[in-house]
Amino acid sequence: MTPIPFDKAALVQGLYSILPELVVIGTAIAVLLADLLLPERGKKSLCHLGIAGTAVAILAALSLGPGRIDGFSGMIVHDGVGLFITLTILATTLLTLLMATGYSEWEGTQKGEFYALLLFSAAGMLFMAKGTDLMTVFLGLETMSIPIYCLVGFHRDRMTSLEGALKYFLLGAFASGFLLYGIALIYSATGTTKIPAIAGMIGDLRLFGNPVFVAGVGLLLVGFAFKVSLVPFHMWTPDAYQGAPTVVTAFMAAGVKAAAFAALLRVTMLIFPALGPGMTNILWVLAFLTMTVGNLAALLQDNVKRMLAYSSIAHAGYILVGLVSVDVAGGQAALFYLLVYAFMNLGAFGVIMLLAHREDDGYDIGNFKGVGFRYPALGGLLTLFLVSLAGIPPTAGFIGKFYLFSAAVKNGYVGLAVLGVLNSAVSVYYYLRPVVYMYMLPAPGEVPVPRPPRTAFSLALCISAAAVLVLGLAPRSVLAFAERSILSLLM
Amino acid sequence: METVLFILFGAIAVCGAIMVVTRKSPMASALYLILTLFAVAALFVLRQAHFLAAIQVIVYAGAVVVLFVFVIMLINVPEDRLPVERATTTRVLGVIAAGFFVLESAVLARRYWMPKGPAAEVGTVEAVGRALFTDYLLAFEITSVLLLAAVIGAIALAKRKT
Repeated sequence: MTPIPFDKAALVQGLYSILPELVVIGTAIAVLLADLLLPERGKKSLCHLGIAGTAVAILAALSLGPGRIDGFSGMIVHDGVGLFITLTILATTLLTLLMATGYSEWEGTQKGEFYALLLFSAAGMLFMAKGTDLMTVFLGLETMSIPIYCLVGFHRDRMTSLEGALKYFLLGAFASGFLLYGIALIYSATGTTKIPAIAGMIGDLRLFGNPVFVAGVGLLLVGFAFKVSLVPFHMWTPDAYQGAPTVVTAFMAAGVKAAAFAALLRVTMLIFPALGPGMTNILWVLAFLTMTVGNLAALLQDNVKRMLAYSSIAHAGYILVGLVSVDVAGGQAALFYLLVYAFMNLGAFGVIMLLAHREDDGYDIGNFKGVGFRYPALGGLLTLFLVSLAGIPPTAGFIGKFYLFSAAVKNGYVGLAVLGVLNSAVSVYYYLRPVVYMYMLPAPGEVPVPRPPRTAFSLALCISAAAVLVLGLAPRSVLAFAERSILSLLM
Repeated sequence: METVLFILFGAIAVCGAIMVVTRKSPMASALYLILTLFAVAALFVLRQAHFLAAIQVIVYAGAVVVLFVFVIMLINVPEDRLPVERATTTRVLGVIAAGFFVLESAVLARRYWMPKGPAAEVGTVEAVGRALFTDYLLAFEITSVLLLAAVIGAIALAKRKT
């Protein structure tokens, strides 16, 4: 038996390519250990430790720069898209942890496991977004999902939390099965699980006519569709989002979407063009259904948290419009929108978390009556985030949607763009409904007192609000960064 | 010879799987599941995937099903208290979907019958070990993180309230 040669240079390069992940995982383990050592009243610092670790991970990602670093014999890559999504995911994690400082105090999630699971999940997202091998993508997806199932059910004494966790877990397990089966079929047709290698083979092997390969790609698509909750694979979303602790809901909506769309982007950009129009048509239908069903269902909701859950489904549809185009403009728009969505979504969840003053029925829209003039800062912030979600200028949401739909028009999908704009118009109704309640309806007596925001929580809201405004007014450099990232992916 | 064994073990696996879903008693289902898993392990051996066969027996037939059996015995529902199965619409649709699946598999199997020639040496213990610590090192390490996260999550959900 020959010994395995040890290639030190390759290993070091590999470790560089996963530097942010290593920092995040290290932080998660440090949080767990600190949980054992700290006295009961010092548990607050656990969250601060997580925040510091995430900040270091962001610096680590930035220090790597946008250059391409392949790691671990083509299993993972740090490239432009990887960096963009890494920053999106880490920003989501950072904002979530900043908000968790307050949330944990109110709801008793001041526990090492809570933060550690959040960080493990973030690490999984990073692996998934940077994986160039379907195996890395799958393992990243599992590392992302399993902690989230547990986080959704973290409020063990609430039925809604447990119900959401169970539904999410069962459907998520099925989705993983679909994804894995798809990967297995693709492997049996091509003999590899590396995405670039598969893309290179499509022409040679005439894989488009191979039913095993096409079935594999289809199952892969179903697996991703579950994770980003595309209609008709969205059934778990409202219950899981409503039942989960609200910080976790915000984290899921932005983070899982960013990671899963990044992986889907790698697959669609490299594999789908060679497969002809069939696959693109499927994406077209999925995008249309997701936008429409998400928005129409959101119209009927009286619980703001549930409404934002349906809105998250609708947003998955908008982002998919960018992927339908399978070109630079579409990919760029999708990347940009994922970043924008992270900020406006976290911001909106953050404000309703404060206004709701208690979990479950606190998110009823009736509670928002008259809040706007009584608490002008919170009212103004919520209005800003909702306006951005609705896609009204001068916010980042408008720029994001503008680029998504114009990419669709540029590639000849005028019908889809029109449907998208119509959907946005419908969504204005339910996004502005809380605003109407806040400013135009009289309070039924006295306005419930919002939860007092701590410094960290206020900081998170300020960062989100600033990002929504800056990306709305001066998006050029970020858009250029997104464009360069997609170009580097296609090379 | 190989074909005969393949058909034999394949038939055992399929029959066992059918028995798993048709038996009324959960214990009988679990035992048939062991049979199916053993038959599948035998199929792996036929394709020179020794490592996979061993894992199949140790992890699935051994650990996982033993866990099932434990749970069944702990819950211990008497025979007459078992829920009655009814032919609901969902079930009928499920059977139709399963029929389609079988049909599709049959079409694929006709087209890509048995692989020609002996399987490559990728399934032996040595080859798997080598791949695990060279090309798939990262996958191996991510799995360890995944398992750690899963253990922590399970404890967080299941531990006694303090």
